[in-house]
Amino acid sequence: MKETKDHAALAEAFNADEPRVNWHDETLWFIRQKRDKAAHTVADWELLRETASQIKHNVLSNLHDYLLQFEANAKANGIIVHWAADAAEHNRIVHEILQKHGVKQMVKSKSMLTEECHLNDYLSEHGVEVIDSDLGERIVQLAKEPPSHIVLPCIHKKKEEIGDLFHEHLGTPAGMADPQVLTEAARQHLRETFLTRRAALTGVNFAIAETGEFVICTNEGNADMGAHLADVHIACMGIEKIIPERKHLGVFLRLLARSATGQPITTYSSHFKKPREGHELHLVLVDNGRSIQLGREDFRNSLKCIRCGACMNTCPVYRRSGGHSYHAAISGPIGAILAPNLDMKKNADLPFASTLCGSCSNVCPVKIDIHDQLYKWRQVIVKEGYADTKKTLGMKAMTQAFASPTTFQLAGKAGRWFMRHVPFAVSNKMNPWYKQREMPAPPKESFGEWYLKNRKKKNE
Amino acid sequence: MSSRDSILAAVARNQPEHIPLPEIPAFFSGETDVLEKFTSVAVSIGSKVFRVKDLEEVKQVLLKEYSGARRIVSAFPELADIGEVYIAPATDPHTLANVDLAVLPAQLGVAENGALWVTDVQLPMRVLPFICQYLALVVPQKNIVPLMQQAYDVIGAQEYGFGTFIAGPSKTADIEQSLVLGAHGARTLSVFLLE
Repeated sequence: MKETKDHAALAEAFNADEPRVNWHDETLWFIRQKRDKAAHTVADWELLRETASQIKHNVLSNLHDYLLQFEANAKANGIIVHWAADAAEHNRIVHEILQKHGVKQMVKSKSMLTEECHLNDYLSEHGVEVIDSDLGERIVQLAKEPPSHIVLPCIHKKKEEIGDLFHEHLGTPAGMADPQVLTEAARQHLRETFLTRRAALTGVNFAIAETGEFVICTNEGNADMGAHLADVHIACMGIEKIIPERKHLGVFLRLLARSATGQPITTYSSHFKKPREGHELHLVLVDNGRSIQLGREDFRNSLKCIRCGACMNTCPVYRRSGGHSYHAAISGPIGAILAPNLDMKKNADLPFASTLCGSCSNVCPVKIDIHDQLYKWRQVIVKEGYADTKKTLGMKAMTQAFASPTTFQLAGKAGRWFMRHVPFAVSNKMNPWYKQREMPAPPKESFGEWYLKNRKKKNE
Repeated sequence: MSSRDSILAAVARNQPEHIPLPEIPAFFSGETDVLEKFTSVAVSIGSKVFRVKDLEEVKQVLLKEYSGARRIVSAFPELADIGEVYIAPATDPHTLANVDLAVLPAQLGVAENGALWVTDVQLPMRVLPFICQYLALVVPQKNIVPLMQQAYDVIGAQEYGFGTFIAGPSKTADIEQSLVLGAHGARTLSVFLLE
């Protein structure tokens, strides 16, 4: 028995409400179109992508030395550097820092890494209250849901639902669903939070080996509000977030927001190099499977990801199945190639949640071969024995049929006979091919039969 | 073995053969009038842009635009008659929560995205441009560069504890993709392009 439903089952539930699926689909496509417009304003966009891709290849091939260089420079800047082998160690490190300072309440800006590590649950079990300060993250936190998108955490929610949540938790008037009013209510509520929390946790977009500084990009300014007001700032990053030199930001910052939302750049791109006078700045470098992925030749390129979400916005499967159907912290095409590395059995369904159309690879700002990797993961998963049993049995039956001409002809005949004489035998819910499809009209004869009748005779 | 050592050992073991770092190409900038480009992009992301001769003109615009501002903080001695111009280094940043308007110098601006570069050399307190309700940044016209590449050429190996690009007012579109200005940071950004 599986612990969670697989992508297909979760997508089916999401698809029950068709107008809502259409709305979700159109909203994300709108963002994809904004990305296209923004990309087209840059004359040599493709050269920019290629350059970013090559820098990332260099990073992966030299990660050991860059990590050492970054650590040395960050320490020289006064940053306290920690290393975490896995999610559990990451959570423990963060909790120990908070304990040392006697902190029971923390404000957090967006960090997909802490979602991956389930930090909020861990801290809450240890008596620490965490408030997410990104508006979208706060909304899903109030709804007790995980984010459904790495850049747009509550893209699956209607404004009326957000209005209800805010009415319940923040005291906005019942039925109020105006985004302007709701955002203002969140601004007031979170300003109070920023002003009263002594510890702030943030993610990291880029960490620069050459200077030991790190960069955080937000539109709301929530990372800065948290970090510059708190006594203790904890920044958490995956080890793959390193870039070699400061000047390389000139490449990545041109790509990130244009690919993510179609903005020319995020409102704030903040470079943290040294702690504020008299305050502590901690940085946690997390592996959690990344060094293993680095060793998988076919999949290591997934570590080039800069978390823009463009592959999700363009994916026909993501748009019509929703982020939650991927049951992983990072959803969509990129999530589907990262998740099997973390737990192949649990995430065996994800590489199959794709049409392999390749649109993800085409929009990726760092040129990750996402759809090729999806295809390769399928092969690994089948070989390792984690494939869906129904699919495996079907494939085995097909292999037998194709291997023997007699079986093949017999199966074809039987199939055509059934479709013609007892169509309900195939046109029913038991047959997955019949779902949302009409079965094709059965041909009178197979090509083999036709050939025997028409050509073979003439040639004789 | 510590986690640090085991992570580093695993990375060394698993990283592919060395791939050289590419040269950053000279990207196409195209725009002949960077001020024009800067202005149009900055306006498109929600900034207000004013071309001014001197700080006196900045003052006049601010008095008109932000007539309701009660607490004004600036880093310009020339603006001493409209607000505070000194924040003591040991000040608790929380005490800036009631700042209505902050007026700060920016080192440079970027035409392609309307972003302005500010470091703690310009900032009396790191939190100031975020915690204020309204923000004004003043940048010399000659310091507008076409692309981010040129911006980082200028920044070079600059020493700072904190530096940030600010592009427009704080914003969010998290609720059904409806753009709302004034999320957690400044509700508006006025940019003064100084002659």
